[in-house]
Amino acid sequence: MGELIDYQLCVNGREHDVVDSWLGESLLYVLRERLGLPGSKNACEQGECGSCSVLMDGKLVCSCMVLAASAVGADIVTVEGLSAGENDLSDVQAAFLAEGGVQCGFCTPGFVVSVHDLLEHNPDPTELEIREAVSGNLCRCTGYGRILAAVQAAQETRRR
Amino acid sequence: MSTALGTRRGRLGESASRPDGVPKVRGEFAFSSDLYAEGMLWGHIVRSPHPAAAIRAIDVSGALRIPGVRAVLTSDDVPGRKTFGLDYPDQPVFAWDVVRYMGEPVAAVAADHPDTARRAAAAIIVDYAPTEPVTNPVVAEDAEPIHPLGNVLHRQRVRTGDPDATGAVVVEGRYETAMQDQAQMGPESGLAIPGEDGGVDLYIATQWLHIDQEQMAACLALPLEKVRLHLAGVGGSFGAREDLSMQVQICLLALRTGRPVKIVYSREESFLGHVHRHPAVMWYRHHADAVGRLVKVEARIILDGGAYLSTSTAVTMNAACMAPGPYRVQNAVVEAVAVRTNNPPCGAMRGFGSVQACFAHEAQMDKLAAALGIDPVELRLRNVLRSGDSLITGQVLRGTAPVAEVIRTCAAAPLPTGGPMTAADIELPGGAGRTADRDRVRRGVGFAVSIKNLMYGGGFDDYSSARCRLEDGVVTITCAAVEVGQGFVTLAQQIARDVLGVVDVVLAPPGTTDIGSAGSTSASRQTWMSGGAVQKACVAVREQLLTSVASRHGVVRETLEIADGRIVSVDGAVDIPVSEATPGEVLEETVEFHHAPTAELDEDGQGDAFVSFAFAAHRAVVDVDLDLGLVRVVEIATSQDVGRVLNPVQLVGQLEGGIAQGVGLAVMEEIVLDHGRVRNPSFTDYVIPTALDMPPVHIAALIEEAEPGSPMGAKGAGEPPMISSVAAVVAAIRNATGLELPRAPVRPQDIALARSGARPEPGSGPINVEVSP
Amino acid sequence: MLVSLPVSLEEAFDAFERCPDAQLLAGGTDFMVEVNFALRRPPAVVCLRKVEELKGWRLEGSELVLGAGLTYTELMAPRLSDLVPGLVQASRTVGSPQIRNAGTLGGNLGTASPAGDSLPVLAALDAKIVVASKQGRRSLELDDLIVGPKRTTLGPGEVIVEVRVPAALGSQEFLKVGTRNAMVIAVANVALVVDWEGHSVRCALGSVGPVVIRARDAEELISSRIDWAGRTLPGDRDLAEFTALVRSAARPIDDHRSTADYRRHAVGVCAERALERVFANHNGETLERTSWAS
Repeated sequence: MGELIDYQLCVNGREHDVVDSWLGESLLYVLRERLGLPGSKNACEQGECGSCSVLMDGKLVCSCMVLAASAVGADIVTVEGLSAGENDLSDVQAAFLAEGGVQCGFCTPGFVVSVHDLLEHNPDPTELEIREAVSGNLCRCTGYGRILAAVQAAQETRRR
Repeated sequence: MSTALGTRRGRLGESASRPDGVPKVRGEFAFSSDLYAEGMLWGHIVRSPHPAAAIRAIDVSGALRIPGVRAVLTSDDVPGRKTFGLDYPDQPVFAWDVVRYMGEPVAAVAADHPDTARRAAAAIIVDYAPTEPVTNPVVAEDAEPIHPLGNVLHRQRVRTGDPDATGAVVVEGRYETAMQDQAQMGPESGLAIPGEDGGVDLYIATQWLHIDQEQMAACLALPLEKVRLHLAGVGGSFGAREDLSMQVQICLLALRTGRPVKIVYSREESFLGHVHRHPAVMWYRHHADAVGRLVKVEARIILDGGAYLSTSTAVTMNAACMAPGPYRVQNAVVEAVAVRTNNPPCGAMRGFGSVQACFAHEAQMDKLAAALGIDPVELRLRNVLRSGDSLITGQVLRGTAPVAEVIRTCAAAPLPTGGPMTAADIELPGGAGRTADRDRVRRGVGFAVSIKNLMYGGGFDDYSSARCRLEDGVVTITCAAVEVGQGFVTLAQQIARDVLGVVDVVLAPPGTTDIGSAGSTSASRQTWMSGGAVQKACVAVREQLLTSVASRHGVVRETLEIADGRIVSVDGAVDIPVSEATPGEVLEETVEFHHAPTAELDEDGQGDAFVSFAFAAHRAVVDVDLDLGLVRVVEIATSQDVGRVLNPVQLVGQLEGGIAQGVGLAVMEEIVLDHGRVRNPSFTDYVIPTALDMPPVHIAALIEEAEPGSPMGAKGAGEPPMISSVAAVVAAIRNATGLELPRAPVRPQDIALARSGARPEPGSGPINVEVSP
Repeated sequence: MLVSLPVSLEEAFDAFERCPDAQLLAGGTDFMVEVNFALRRPPAVVCLRKVEELKGWRLEGSELVLGAGLTYTELMAPRLSDLVPGLVQASRTVGSPQIRNAGTLGGNLGTASPAGDSLPVLAALDAKIVVASKQGRRSLELDDLIVGPKRTTLGPGEVIVEVRVPAALGSQEFLKVGTRNAMVIAVANVALVVDWEGHSVRCALGSVGPVVIRARDAEELISSRIDWAGRTLPGDRDLAEFTALVRSAARPIDDHRSTADYRRHAVGVCAERALERVFANHNGETLERTSWAS
C-alpha cells in the first residue's frame, strides 16, 4: 500500500486525527471508515450521484472526489453536522420527513446537505432553480416529486 | 435553524411518518454498507472479464503472497451445493470450468484493507480461453447450448378461442425493449460474522431473507439454524436483490478466516453483479373489427434471460399472460420464451415482464386507432376489461377492474399550459446545453394503459408470517418483510394502531431466527401479504386482549370494543386505556397469512393463475427537438387503481418513483451490450433521470374500489406506475415526430437520423409474426 | 510529505523536486475517479488547491487571464459572462453543482478528454495556455498542449498556470448535446465565435474526434459569405454549405454513448443554430424567442 500518512481534518467544527492512512483515500472513505461519520454515502464513488455530498469551506462538493489528505485546513461539514444536537432535526430534515421525501434514504444525506447549501445561497429559489441545484443528487426511489415538495416546505418555513 | 422531532403516528388512511425517517435524514440509519465489526476484514469478488470462456486454470498464489490477505477462495472451497438459484439452482457460486457472463464470480479474497483486497483480486491469475458468446436472443434457441440445461429457460404459450379468426383491420409490428437496470442507490453489501457454533450471522440488504437462507444453507452445507440472516438497511432494490449476490461468498470468507468480513460492491460491480430487466424482442399482430373491437391478438415474445435462470420462468409467464394488455379479446395466440445467452443474467425488475408486453400492446393499440381513424383513448375504452370479463388465460376477473374509470380520469386531466415558445430556456429539450431552436421543437402527447398481476401465482402457495405481542401497553410486531424504502415499516405500525388502538408500536428487527418467512418484497405483494399477516396477528391479539379484559372485569366479551386507545364497554362500565388493561400479561400471536389459492397454467396457458390485478393509465407530454432528437418530458399524468389508500404520501411516492423509472426506460436507460460485454457499468454512462429530467407528475385520480380478498382492500401499488409510463412517453414522442419508434429507450439518433433519412430504423424491416401452431 | 499542499508555484516545484513521481491534483473530479477504482495509485500527490498564482482572473489590456485554478462555478461569475460568455455557458453544462464547485479549468485541460466542455471554447478563442515549471514559463496553443485523447505535452513538474483569451471577443455560443439534462458527457459540443471586428467566424467541435477540431473550411467559407457591413446572416444555401463543411470536419466514432453518424449530424445542427442565434441576438430579435441570457 505504500507509506502511510497522518494528518488532521476539521469536520463539523472539531479537529480529528487521521493516522496510518493510505494517501489515496478519499474524504468519503476517511469520514466513513476512520472518523465514525458514515452519514455520507457511497452510491457510486465517481462524483456521479451526490450521495457523498459535504460542504468544504462552504462549497458543496462530492467527498468521494476529494483526496482526504488534501482537505487539511478546510472546514468540512457533513450531514451529521447539520442538526443542533442529539435528538434534533434541521428545518430541511424535518421537511423531508413531513413531505415524504424519504424512501430508502440512501440519497437523503446528500440531498439534505445540497438543500442546506441551496437555501443558504438562495433562500427563495424557483422550482427550476431547485431542480438545477439538486441536479447532482440522484434519487431512484422518489422521482423527486416529494423532494421538491420538501425543499419548498423548508423554503416556506424560512420565509416566515 | 432546528426543529424538535415531530412524527405523525397515524392509522390506516393517514400519512403516518416513517419510523426510520429520523435516522435516515440525520445520516444515522445503518445501511448494509455502513456496518462495522471489530477486527473485520474486507472481501472482494473476482469476476470474469469475458462473457464466455473456458477456465483452464486459476492461480491464486500471487494473491496469497500479499501481506494482509487472509483468505482466497474458489469453487473448490464451496462445501455444499456449488450452485444456487431462486427457482432452480443453475448458477455457480464461483464459476469452474466455464464462465457464462461478463462479471461472473470466479474467486473471492478477504484482506485487512479494501485496497489490499482489490490488489489481491487483481493478483489472481485466471487462465481463460474465451469462446464465441451467444448474444442474439432471437437465434439463441437454435444456437449451441451454453449450459447443460440448454438455452431455453422457459416457454409459455397462451391460446384461446379460434386461432384462425380474422378481423377487418390488421396491424402489426416488431418492438424491442432494451436491458434496464434497477440502479438502486445502495450498492450490494453485507457483513458476515462467524459464530462460535460453526454457524454464521449475516447482516445483509436483500429482498427475501428466508429464501436467501435456504440457498445459502445448501451451499454452505450448514443446517438452517446455523445460517442466521439479519436485515441490514436496504438502499432500494426494485428487483436487484431478489437473487443472491455475495451472500454465500461472504459467509465462506468469514467461516474460513474466523473473522467478520464485509463486502461492499463498487457501482461497476453492482451493475455487473445483479440481474437486470429482460430485454425483449416482440412481434405482434392485432386483428380488429371495423369499429375497433379486438378480434384476435397474436404475439411472439422473446426475452433474453442471460446466462442463468433466476426468475425467468415467472417473467415469461407474466409477459405471455399480460400480452394483450387490459383489454377483452376472445382469440389469442401468444407465445413467450425466455432464452439463455451469454448476456448478463436477467430476472426481477419492477414490472416483471409486463413492462415489455405493455410497450408492444400499447403501440399496437395506437396503430389500430390510427388505421381506423378512432381516437386512441376511445379505442381503448371500446375494448377495456371489466369485472366479470376473462383474460386470455380464461381467468375471470373476480376482483375490481375499474379500468374505464382509470382511463377516463387520466385522459380528462387538463393538459399543461405553455409550450416550446414560452418555456424557459433550461426547460427546452437539451436544457442547459442550449441546443434547442424553438421553431424546431414539437410537442407530443401519448397515452397508455397497463395491467399487472399482483403477487405470486401459478399455483405457488405464497404466504407471510408475523407476530404481534402486547406487553405493558407496548405492541411489538415481528415480521421478516424487507423494507426497501417503500414504507412497509410505516404500514405495519399503522395496522397495529388501527387494530389495537395503541400509538407506540415497536418493530422487531427482521431476521430469520425469530420468525418465519414473509416472502419477497416484490411483485407488489407486501401490503397484501405481510400487511395481511400483521393485521391477522394483531386481530388475534386484540381478541385475546378483549377476552382477558372481559374476564378481569366480569363482563361479556362482545360488549367490549377499542376506541381511541381505550377499551370501553357499551354501557361505559369499563373504560380503561389499552396500555393499562392487562398488567403483567403477555399477549402474543404468531400467524401465517396465505392468499386464496391459484392454479397452474395448462399447456395452452389456461388457468386461474393469478390472485389479483391492478390497472394504471399514463398520459405523457413531451417536447421533441426534431433535428437533434433530444426529448424533454414535460409532464406525466396518471390514474391508478389502488383499491384503498392506506398512506397517501407514501402512495404518491410509489407512483412518482415508478414513473421516474418509466421515463428512464423510455428515453435514456439501457445497459449497452457489445457481444456480451457491458459497455456502461457506471452512473456516468448508465444514465437515470436527474431532477432536471424528471417532469412533474399529476395524479389525476386514485381509484379506490376495495379489492375483495385483500385484507385491507388495498391493491399493491409499486409496479403499475412503472409499466404504461414507458409506453406513454414513447407514444408522445411518436405523436410529436410521426415516427414509428418501435424501440425503448428512444435514442436521439432514432429521431434525428430517421427524419433526415440517413438510416433506416432498426426493426423496420419486414414484419414476420411467426407464432408456433 | 507524500501529499503536499503548496501555497505558491515555487513551493509546488520544490515538492516536485523532492518527489519527482508526485502526481498533480487540481479539483479531483477526474483524478479521484481513477484513484477510487484503483486505476491510479499515486506514490505522492502535489495538490494545487491553495496555489495563489492559479487563483482568480484579471484583465491585462484586451486580454482576459484566467487562473487555471478557477472552478466552473467561479467561471460562471456574472462579470465573466460579458468577458467570455462561451466559457460561462460551457461551465454551466459541466456535471453538477458539486462537480462545478471542484472541477477546474486547468484540470479540464490537463485531463484532455475529447469531450472536455471548456476545450471547444478555448479552441475557438485561440486561447494561449501558460505552463510553468522550475525552469520557467512557456505559452502553448491548445493543439500544442493536447495532442490526443487524454494526452498532453506537459512534462514532469509542469503546471498549467493560466489561460489567456481575448476579452469580450465578439459573440460567443456554446452548445452541448447530451442524453440527459445534467451530469452528462457531451455526445457532441460546439463553440462558435463571431468576431465582428476581425470579420471572422471560428467554429470548434468537441467529442467528434480525438481532440477538439477547428472546422477551418467551414469557418473560411462562412466568413467570406457574411455581409459584415450589414451584419446579416447568409442565405440558406450558404448556411447549408457551412453546415456540410462542419460535418465533414468532424471525425467522430461509434461508441457506447452514441454513433458517428449522429455525432456528425449533431455538430452540423449545432453549428448552424449557433450561427443563427448569434445573428438573431446581435440584431436584437425578439428577446422572447431567443432569450439566451446567461
